[in-house]
Amino acid sequence: MDAWTFARPSSARRNGNDTLDLDALASCFTSSACLVTQTTSGLIIGMLLFLVAVGLTLIFGVLKVVNFSHGAFYMFGAYFAMTSYQLTGSFALAMLCGAAGTAILGLIFERVFMSRVYGADVLMQLLVCYAFVLIFDDVVRLIWGPEFRSMGMPTAFQVVPLFIAGGVVPPYYLLLIGVALAAAIVLGVGLARTRIGKVIRAAAYNPSMVSALGINTGLIYGGVFAIGGLLAGLAGALAAPVRSLTPGMGFSVLIESFIVTVIGGMGSILGALIGALLLGLIRSFGSLGFPLFTEGLMYLFMVIVLVSRPSGLFGKEVA
Amino acid sequence: MTELQAARAADSLSAPRLEAGSKRLRYLDLLVALAAFAVLALLPLVSDSKALLDFVIRCSAYGLFATSLNLLVGYTGMISFGHGMFFGLGAYGYGLIMQRIGVPIPLAFLATLAITAVVATIIGAICVRLKEIYFAFVTLAFQMLIHSTILSWSSFTGGDQGLRGGIPRPPFLGIDLSNHVHLYLASCVLLVLGLLAMRQIAASPFGYTLRMIRDNPMRASFIGIDVWRAKLTVFVLAALFASTGGMVMALFVSGAYPEFAYWTISGEGIFINMLGGVATFLGPMVGTVLLLILNDTVTRFTEYHGIVLGVVILFFAIGLRKGLMDFVVEWYTQRRDRASGQG
Repeated sequence: MDAWTFARPSSARRNGNDTLDLDALASCFTSSACLVTQTTSGLIIGMLLFLVAVGLTLIFGVLKVVNFSHGAFYMFGAYFAMTSYQLTGSFALAMLCGAAGTAILGLIFERVFMSRVYGADVLMQLLVCYAFVLIFDDVVRLIWGPEFRSMGMPTAFQVVPLFIAGGVVPPYYLLLIGVALAAAIVLGVGLARTRIGKVIRAAAYNPSMVSALGINTGLIYGGVFAIGGLLAGLAGALAAPVRSLTPGMGFSVLIESFIVTVIGGMGSILGALIGALLLGLIRSFGSLGFPLFTEGLMYLFMVIVLVSRPSGLFGKEVA
Repeated sequence: MTELQAARAADSLSAPRLEAGSKRLRYLDLLVALAAFAVLALLPLVSDSKALLDFVIRCSAYGLFATSLNLLVGYTGMISFGHGMFFGLGAYGYGLIMQRIGVPIPLAFLATLAITAVVATIIGAICVRLKEIYFAFVTLAFQMLIHSTILSWSSFTGGDQGLRGGIPRPPFLGIDLSNHVHLYLASCVLLVLGLLAMRQIAASPFGYTLRMIRDNPMRASFIGIDVWRAKLTVFVLAALFASTGGMVMALFVSGAYPEFAYWTISGEGIFINMLGGVATFLGPMVGTVLLLILNDTVTRFTEYHGIVLGVVILFFAIGLRKGLMDFVVEWYTQRRDRASGQG
């Protein structure tokens, strides 16, 4: 169930029952090499999580729907990227296919299925999503097979890794962080400054008023789902070279992006970014100190945040 | 107003009628329970199919769990996404007590219930003040926290292997649970008693308080109901029944596995409720039987049972927009109303 294997340098020397390895954690903080390695791996996890979580939070903010099947978009993004990379050999095209493919998938999913359960019970929405988690996983199994697949590092990035303060940083990691950051900025500026962004924010605030002004809200809803799908697909495509691909890979990512959105506050983009980075760092450093309880650490963090601030770090107060 | 809420409103409208005949109704409940138990008890005499008995045992475990979840979801409107943690807790608690201490089975049973009550009170006290989707998330987080604890505390819980080596089943009071028929009868007793107890809770004044909290929590607190306490009480009560379901499961498989505490159990519970319907008391039980039959037949025909299951869920969620029992009840009332309108 854990797809984040590459972020666990310590797992190789994990032996038996040591759930607590504080010496390793302490010694890491004294070595700049370890610090750099762990921080970059934390940033990678955080950035990928952010891309998935921000779509989730955007969809929730505008449509008030918790998209439980968001992890499937991440999974499809990775598989689309792998297939198109194997067919064309172009890494850029693979990224594009991953992102565009899931965007279309998101649009169809919203227009055909989700749009039927707006205004219905939350339970209904969760169920439709749950159904698609099951269906999508099996569709992937049907098309690409149940076994682990890997895309392999694109040739352009098979170069000597960089050394920053003694820590090893593969260049692909830098690209990954860069692309994710760029997506974050485009999304943030787009929502805050452009006309479309303004319409989306207005639709989140008062959809009936927006539609009374002659704007097609159905199109906005579909569009928001498409953007969410695109970002999750992009995350999947970016992750494809460094992760193994398996049906159901979306799920652990989904649960973690939920934690991110809940920690950051549902509907807040800045919250998603901060939450994702925090969680990434907890994962990468937690895997040193608590090799077996890393997951538990995240849930514990979520519980603490929820109990002290039910609406999340950057969320609006819950009524 | 959504259809689900409309159905619930109709449910609460019929309350006075129910209340008037509540005493008679309780005898009726008892009668139905006795009849159901008689039928179940006669089953091993009629058929010697081990698979059928196994099926009923699994139905008992999941049925107790799903019905207890309905106390939260259907009656109180608290959508818990972590109810499965108590299922897992029951299975692990019972298994560990039997393996490590080796007390008589009824004692282990009661001890597990006591542990569940304590854990549920602590977790519930934290969770129930949160609303709707946040409640769902924080219960999910607790579920995953317990799941990760089970995985990482491998010296105590067996880690990802689960509790292996079998759970001892020493005979007590002439009942030998290693005998398949005895085990079957014991789980039937637990199921019927559990359902009867939950039915009493649902039909009691407390049960109507819960419905009121679901429909209008602010009004409930205006007339002097301590909403937080009522929610916590039902949270703990539901946890006890879910834990009983987990214990039946642990008895049946003679072990406990981390999957019992994984969030998918909670997801299945919600799904069962939806499948059967949340507006009737026996809806979740019908849902349990449906889901288990569905699971068993589909896995026999195709390895891609996710697709089939998903399509069935979609049919219920988008097509019917309610569970089977809700649909049947509504159809029946409409027909009756039409008939009486004509007559």
